[in-house]
Amino acid sequence: MKIQVKLFATLQRYAPAGQFAGEPFEMELPDGGTIAMVVERLAIRSHEVKVTFVNGRARAEVYRLKDGDEVGIFPPVGGG
Amino acid sequence: MWILRLNMTDRSYKLEAVPERYKNLGGRGLTSTLIYDEVDPMCHPLGPNNKLVFAPGIITGTSSPTSARLSVGGKSPLTGGIKEANAGTGWAPSVAKMHLKAIVVEGQPEETGKYWMVAISWEGDKPKVEFMPADEYVGRNLYEAFPEVYSRFGDRVHVAGIGAAGEFKYPNSGIVFNDMKDRPSRYAGRGGLGAVMGSKGLKFIVVDSAGAPGVEILNPELFKEGSKKMREALMEHAITKPKGGLNSYGTAILVNILNEAGGLPTRNFSAGRFAGAAKIAGEAIFETNKQRMGKEIYNHACSPGCIIQCSNTLYAPDGSEIASCIEYESDWAFGADCGIDDLDKIGEMVTLCNAYGLDTIEAGVTMGVAMDSGVIPFGDADGAIRLLHEMGKGTPLGRILGGGAAMVAKTYGNPRSPTVKGQAMPAYEPRAVKGIGVTYATTTMGADHTAGYTIAPEILSVGGKSDPLASETAKADLSRAFQSTTALIDSSGHCLFIAFAILDIPTGFQGMVDEINAIFGTSMTGDEAVAMGAEILKRERAFNEAAGFTRHDDRLPEFMKYEKLPPHNVTNDLPDSVFDAVFGNL
Repeated sequence: MKIQVKLFATLQRYAPAGQFAGEPFEMELPDGGTIAMVVERLAIRSHEVKVTFVNGRARAEVYRLKDGDEVGIFPPVGGG
Repeated sequence: MWILRLNMTDRSYKLEAVPERYKNLGGRGLTSTLIYDEVDPMCHPLGPNNKLVFAPGIITGTSSPTSARLSVGGKSPLTGGIKEANAGTGWAPSVAKMHLKAIVVEGQPEETGKYWMVAISWEGDKPKVEFMPADEYVGRNLYEAFPEVYSRFGDRVHVAGIGAAGEFKYPNSGIVFNDMKDRPSRYAGRGGLGAVMGSKGLKFIVVDSAGAPGVEILNPELFKEGSKKMREALMEHAITKPKGGLNSYGTAILVNILNEAGGLPTRNFSAGRFAGAAKIAGEAIFETNKQRMGKEIYNHACSPGCIIQCSNTLYAPDGSEIASCIEYESDWAFGADCGIDDLDKIGEMVTLCNAYGLDTIEAGVTMGVAMDSGVIPFGDADGAIRLLHEMGKGTPLGRILGGGAAMVAKTYGNPRSPTVKGQAMPAYEPRAVKGIGVTYATTTMGADHTAGYTIAPEILSVGGKSDPLASETAKADLSRAFQSTTALIDSSGHCLFIAFAILDIPTGFQGMVDEINAIFGTSMTGDEAVAMGAEILKRERAFNEAAGFTRHDDRLPEFMKYEKLPPHNVTNDLPDSVFDAVFGNL
């Protein structure tokens, strides 16, 4: 299956070259793949991941993805 | 310790010993208690009976990190209720070091249109207070007036004041303080306190603490221990540490995550996602600066002694400053909420607000309402800049806009008025983030995110997790807990951003309690300290009730019940009982 991935803030450096923060890129995953697999595939160190979204809903890393899902991965962020 | 009273009717002053009742208060706790005790809740906010109170936090002026906050209080011309707005500035520790627990501005000159300034310095064994005419600064851009004040009084002074918005007595008018580079950019912005200062004919308060004795600490050992715990928490947490989230990307780091969650209010709260979000995000500010300046630029402190250092500067291609700083709320208000994705134009609007003395949140949301009402189209940055100039010049349209978002919605017959108690909502959609909606609706301040920042657990996974889209009774408990703790932090003198660290690192919270106990020589537990926060809320609430507010004012605007917010297509479906439970169970 194909999914879209978006990386933000300090995680941007794990994205393919030339992507700006939050610009989606495509990734091929086996059916039933999880957010954790995306993180592993991109070689993101797990302690850098704080919040993960699928289609705008916060989901845990064990969440099973479906074809066409959009995954957003954030490091710790705060402000206001 | 004294309370300094400035009487603007006859331009006299009094230094009063601090009464017992106020001894263990500071910051918001002190401004709100003084207003509760001394101001008639039914008074006109711009009449002679309102008072304006400045109070540094309990530990402000000490060596504790990130503690240079100042609270300003009064009856708000925007909401008609009690108001506390706070800012980080070197002005705050200077006042604290002169043993001034509060400055209370009272009365009103008989002559209208005349302005005065007050200079406070240390002489011998007490503060010296001088009144002088300030007419030469009236009607001027604050980026011109501030340097003149500095060249007159010298580089080491700190300045509080108002711009044109305060002189015109707009319900949208802030009180400005200098930052570390003496820019007029640190605002106690919300709720129109600039107009209260203007109504008293007071333009600037200039302070110089040279020679002052500094803040007294009753238990120095405990203080050292407490501020060490605080420092360690701030240095350790990924959000607050040097080169962490806030230091790298500023508060505008939030643009993308709120957009992702479908909670970034867009085009006057008609959608929860903005197509141009990535172009205005904190990451984009960082990248733009890197390209234009040829190096990575990390953020700076707004005030002395801050570890977090979240204030950015946006540089133009020629290396000049467009704005310093662009906060998340300002970025969003002139960006997503107006459908504008041009960072340079957003920066220009922030600088205009600083120049004219406007609150950026209220001004941006006002522009969004004006666009939604057909005054100018969404996305029209040059039109919005023109309208800001009208506000600064005091044209008839400018004065309507200076009335704030609710005023413009009413004037143009638009039911989509994203306000509570007359105050514009900040940058979190309450239909998509339910807990923050409970805070907006119920806080004594009018719609205000800082009053109970449930965004931490709802969006950022800081201090636990709470599903932002769940319409549940628990949101009342969440908001209440945050509101009480916030009233404590706003009294401490610490910046609210320490919360990111101390919500996750309990020793950091204990550090703050230790610091407070050390200053007062008390032995409060953490729970007792939070209970002190709850007491402050009760006083504010009692003032508002006496000013005519009821539980029916603790509601979100009606359109949020029947307009579905994309992308999650959600409405405000919380029953009234949830809103009522916040103060009902306090």
